[in-house]
Amino acid sequence: MNAPEKAIMNEWINVGAVEDIPRLGARVVQSAHGDIAVFRNADDEVFALLDKCPHKGGPLSQGIVFGRHVACPLHNWNIGLDDGKAVAPDEGCAHRFAVKVVDQQVFLNI
Amino acid sequence: MKKMKLVMVGNGMAGVRTLEEILKIAPDLYDITVFGAEPHANYNRILLSPVLAGEMTLKEIMLNDVDWYEKNGITLHLNKTITQIDRISRKVIAADGFEESYDRLLLATGSNPFVLPIPGKDLPGVITYRDIKDTNAMIEAASHYKNAVVIGGGLLGLEAANGLKLRGMDVTVVHLADWLMERQLDKTAADMLKKSLENKGLKFLLKKQTTAILGNGEGRVARVSFSDGEEIPADLVVMAVGIKPNDDLAKSAGIHCTRGIVVSDTMQTYDPRIYAVGECASHRGIAYGLVAPLFEMAKVCANHLAHLGIGRYEGSVTSTKLKVTGVDLFSAGNFQGAADTEEILLHDAVGGVYKKIVLKDDRIVGSVMVGDTGDGAWYFQMLREKKNVAEIRDHLMFGQSNLGNTGHQGQSNAAQMADTMEVCGCNGVCKGVIVKTIKEKGLFTLDDVRKHTKASSSCGSCTGLVEQILASTVGGAYAPQANKLKPMCGCTDHTHEEARQVIREQHLLTIPSVMRFMEWRTPNGCASCRPAINYYLLSTWPHEALDDPQSRFINERAHANIQKDGTYSVVPRMYGGVTNSAELRRIADVVDKYNIPTVKVTGGQRIDLLGVKKADLPKVWADLAMPSGHAYAKALRTVKTCVGSEWCRFGVQDSTQMGIDLERAFAKMYAPHKVKFAVSGCPRNCAESGIKDVGVIGVDSGWEIYVAGNGGIKTEVAQFLCKVKTAEEVLEYSGAFLQVYREEARYLDRTVHWVARVGLDYVKQRVLEDAEGRKALFGRLLYALQGEKDPWQERAQGVAKHEYQTLATVAVV
Repeated sequence: MNAPEKAIMNEWINVGAVEDIPRLGARVVQSAHGDIAVFRNADDEVFALLDKCPHKGGPLSQGIVFGRHVACPLHNWNIGLDDGKAVAPDEGCAHRFAVKVVDQQVFLNI
Repeated sequence: MKKMKLVMVGNGMAGVRTLEEILKIAPDLYDITVFGAEPHANYNRILLSPVLAGEMTLKEIMLNDVDWYEKNGITLHLNKTITQIDRISRKVIAADGFEESYDRLLLATGSNPFVLPIPGKDLPGVITYRDIKDTNAMIEAASHYKNAVVIGGGLLGLEAANGLKLRGMDVTVVHLADWLMERQLDKTAADMLKKSLENKGLKFLLKKQTTAILGNGEGRVARVSFSDGEEIPADLVVMAVGIKPNDDLAKSAGIHCTRGIVVSDTMQTYDPRIYAVGECASHRGIAYGLVAPLFEMAKVCANHLAHLGIGRYEGSVTSTKLKVTGVDLFSAGNFQGAADTEEILLHDAVGGVYKKIVLKDDRIVGSVMVGDTGDGAWYFQMLREKKNVAEIRDHLMFGQSNLGNTGHQGQSNAAQMADTMEVCGCNGVCKGVIVKTIKEKGLFTLDDVRKHTKASSSCGSCTGLVEQILASTVGGAYAPQANKLKPMCGCTDHTHEEARQVIREQHLLTIPSVMRFMEWRTPNGCASCRPAINYYLLSTWPHEALDDPQSRFINERAHANIQKDGTYSVVPRMYGGVTNSAELRRIADVVDKYNIPTVKVTGGQRIDLLGVKKADLPKVWADLAMPSGHAYAKALRTVKTCVGSEWCRFGVQDSTQMGIDLERAFAKMYAPHKVKFAVSGCPRNCAESGIKDVGVIGVDSGWEIYVAGNGGIKTEVAQFLCKVKTAEEVLEYSGAFLQVYREEARYLDRTVHWVARVGLDYVKQRVLEDAEGRKALFGRLLYALQGEKDPWQERAQGVAKHEYQTLATVAVV
């Protein structure tokens, strides 16, 4: 793994720069909670969800991002990036993590 | 911004459907006010007959209750009849003087039953059949009186008669014409219908003209008399002789009406601020009395009210289904036939089955069926799509199940299926769930059923069956969607064809420019339209349009197949299925080095390494030093071969070399969907060329080329395209075929679906008859493939590194 290891103490952790994440795409942050998908949409908003679709655990980081949603690559459930909720009529919720951007750097609070 | 005011007069299915569509696409544009003359919110009028028959309750047929209006911020006035439109100061005025101003007015006043102008028409006990009030009056009468006379042997009259009979009345149907439902049935079908209704206890008087309704001296109806002097007893008379569009309000406001409010293709009346939809509207001279067209109108009208301005309503072909339990009847289009039409007939008078299909120029133009109507939806779909049925003509009469659709193993008669029977094998949805969802959620379209139940949303092979279940559940309200007009997805009203055309004509090179030009409703599309547009751009403007990896499905972005646990599979290319010891040794070493759990031989004569971690992919590819097999892509997959003349004692051509040549020529070729080849060295066809997108079979004098076969979801035998002499010709002809497919098929169409739509004759015309055109097509394909790099070797050298690496690792302390 050539990504840097970072220690956390229940505070904001820098995981990289906004531009490290492709626009309309995602990158994965490994953590003790499991993989976290960090998304960037067309407006450069950044979101973080547990990388597990509420349906069958598909890696959301690998899905197609559009608007404020991502389509799970396994069975095409649409998950809201800002609330983690599956778009109706599907039902379910992916765990959300707090995320903020300061000076083009992405910080997670896990 | 201050919202505009939209006022709707009438609170029926067409109008409310229009509001639902507006709320979907432009929820914040209007303040909406609705006036309904009835005391009820919106209910499903076509299900009044099951209510009358006691098979459903009023509660079950409500579509939108009062809460719905409130939740969507709509002001609802029930029991308020609008009597006047003041077009100058733009307001509507109710009978009680209440006024409401509008910026846009939507008239959805429906229709009124036609009342025969005969003596006694106003007597108590004489009613029409139109709304909940009438239905309740009939239910009430049935519990007190004995003799009912229904005037009118059309759809509505027969449903009323059946309901009254079930409620214990002695019912006689009086009809003016020579046979029942003469506008939907031919005489044979009508006679069978009459017989089966007589078996249920109904009585019929045909060719009878009603002249008067006579009272009993105490003010209630007692008898009905006819022009031939006959009289019959009647305690209840239901007039069901037809409907007329309710255009009185519009007429009084000076809006042009001719048997209905005249509307344009955008559902606007002669006053462009005023729209009309549903049974009150007259479009191109037709006022529709069925539900299906109303929904299409609603969509177009909403589209215009939302200022999108791209939808057009161009009229509907309608179908009829009688909602009388135990009597199956279906009718659509020109069922009578004419001098220039042909008929296919099946008539089993004793068994009670009658089917007639009317054809013109190998296309279905009409159909009428009694007894067995399971394939009605299928025929109707082909009728609307104007599908050429020449090739299936000899099986047509025996129905869709006879075409051998896998996925539902011949269980195509939806109505007879048990509730527990599985319909959608991909998502495990059984019939009962679908029916329940349709009823509970008030669904009318295939798309809605897909969204809510997932049935037919994966491989799609059960689509026909789901449509049949939908049709048999909601009856006449079902509107099969014509494929031609189907929009790409919810982000736009444009079709795939329109997107392709715009990209070509406007020379568009990026996804955002397409979405801007075509006024997409969403900022950056969705997971369904973006990959399609990306493909259309690349296939239309090779070397010019830039690929957008973020608009590709993960498999094509990562160049490996995602598996259910999030790992990937790797399938290296082995041209023509031929490998050697060095490649096998490298594969074995890679398996050991990266602890790859499963090694499997694929159906396409290659080796699949399953369970590779994403981060290992570039290293695996570097160590393999073999080209990508594109097993993950909508692209050329494999060319399957037999050993051919080099070894086989039967072989007449070198199929292995032919396969290698084809695969080398077309590898890295992206297409609307995956493309599979096979080459066999003799007619024994060991490479199974008959079920491939392009199948080549060596014969003594050259090669036969077959196209559009499929061994997957829908097993389909490839069709013979041509026979050529040389290997060069095999490349040119098959390449030209693929290039037409690449340039013209819809994204995610396999060759089988595309050829089924455009016809093999079209393919022959492009590839065989036009030699210049063929060479040009082949040239364009070679140009598109020129300089295309191997994605694995690029990535092994560091391209798109971020795709395979995690952003960071955080540890909890």
